[in-house]
Amino acid sequence: MMRYSYFPGCSMDSTAVTYKASFEYIARRIGLIMEEIPDWNCCGSTAAHTKNEKMALALPARNIALSEEHNPGLPIVTPCAACYSRLAYSTYAARNSEETRKEIEDIIEMNFKAEPDILNFLDLFGDEEVLAACKERLVRSLKGLKVACYYGCLMSRPRHITGEEDPENPMKMDKIIEMTGAEAVEWDFKTECCGASHQVDAPKAARPLIEKIFRNARANGADAIVTACPLCNMNLDMREEEINKQLSHKYNIPVFQFTELIAIAMGADASECGIHQHFFPAFDLINQVIVKNAKEKAAMEKQEAKKDPLADGPVVIGRAGR
Amino acid sequence: MDKILNRAEGKLLADKIAKEADVKLHECYQCGKCSAGCPMANSFDLMPRQIVHYMHLGDMDEVLRSKTIWLCASCHTCVERCPHDIDIPTLIEKSRMEAQKRGICAVRDVRLFNDIFTETIRYTGKSQEVILEGAYNVTSGHLMQDMVNVPLMLKKGIVRPEFNTVQDKQSIKKIMNKAEEGGAAL
Ligand code: SF4
Ligand code: SF4
Repeated sequence: MMRYSYFPGCSMDSTAVTYKASFEYIARRIGLIMEEIPDWNCCGSTAAHTKNEKMALALPARNIALSEEHNPGLPIVTPCAACYSRLAYSTYAARNSEETRKEIEDIIEMNFKAEPDILNFLDLFGDEEVLAACKERLVRSLKGLKVACYYGCLMSRPRHITGEEDPENPMKMDKIIEMTGAEAVEWDFKTECCGASHQVDAPKAARPLIEKIFRNARANGADAIVTACPLCNMNLDMREEEINKQLSHKYNIPVFQFTELIAIAMGADASECGIHQHFFPAFDLINQVIVKNAKEKAAMEKQEAKKDPLADGPVVIGRAGR
Repeated sequence: MDKILNRAEGKLLADKIAKEADVKLHECYQCGKCSAGCPMANSFDLMPRQIVHYMHLGDMDEVLRSKTIWLCASCHTCVERCPHDIDIPTLIEKSRMEAQKRGICAVRDVRLFNDIFTETIRYTGKSQEVILEGAYNVTSGHLMQDMVNVPLMLKKGIVRPEFNTVQDKQSIKKIMNKAEEGGAAL
């Protein structure tokens, strides 16, 4: 059964409206059961481990402990790359040192066994059962749309935390996106850093990172960038317009969460998955692709209907599929 | 600038940090691969390679006073590519905590942002994106920065003005205070 313990993270309740809407749309359709961890708290994100290591391990551990208590036996899934990384760090630290595990237990004053596996949304949608369930529900194709799958840092590195086999060229999202009919282009900035919170506290140093991501996506022919994290998504989507203001040749690359594209391929309309809530306009691109594919399909069906079956040539022997 | 740490003290501190980070400083052969791939290197005053070199020399003073330790984004690109798996982000993170302890901070805004972030968690249990940016902008004096996006966020329903908070706020406060009592390092 597709049942998981769910850690939504702070952004899912605030800025990640399109991620939340599209994910819930999919979950309802494929019967995904997400048991939200009761009264979960912030994972501490990058700030806590900047200041205090114990705090950085203890804050996520409270959530894991609550999950062990209320959702026993279920792996924990989280949509945010930073939450994923912090939960996975705590788990790793506790699993590798009994002393650390006990110390964390002592700080949070709860039982903490570090048992549940920690999964991000790419792990979730890469699961065979979930993937198959999604495929069954697809009603339209995004054929012709070229996307650059952007993974960022924390879902790939460090590799002992993420278990990613190829941190320089991960393929999980590329494979998931294929089911929508969109084409995942090869590009070089899949796991380049977006600057994370330095976009707020050191913008001069960090803005160029985002510009380079857009530049490389465009150079490799992408119409859009696809993310799997509320923070990566916001860093790119919210700042594209600002970056464009300083450039003569503007970028026109909407930024989607990968769940939005799946929801659209499942038939969601714009308001059901948040396409109208992007900072950088995204509706026109998706609309063009869908309309074009629908027209082609209609034209093909018309031709099929017109076709005189006797006018078909002889079957060419040896050519597969004829 | 008066030295806060002499060579001997610096060497001791560097060795302690390296040991905790599971790094053998002498293994670095200064190939520079870490620095070549670092996305933040343009804004660094010490390259990642130099951080390792200075620590090896025991010149912790330079490291603690650098902007680099505040601007590192912990992206782990350097360690992923290092032929000796030298964990630079952990060296940097631990150095930053040491600098903080000594009241040294070369990039005030980064520290401010992290302080506000942690305090928001301490009092509400969750991070409050709007408040976070608002408070940061007021405190740091960069009033216009991301605040220009807040009205749009509110208008589009991307953020709601009310707080999301943890019910058991006391437990969060307690966890954070307890973690701090024992000192920053594990
Ligand atoms: S990549 Fe590794 S060995 Fe090369 S300079 Fe950097 S830390 Fe030293
Ligand atoms: S972890 Fe820090 S030093 Fe290493 S590549 Fe990333 S930003 Fe540069």
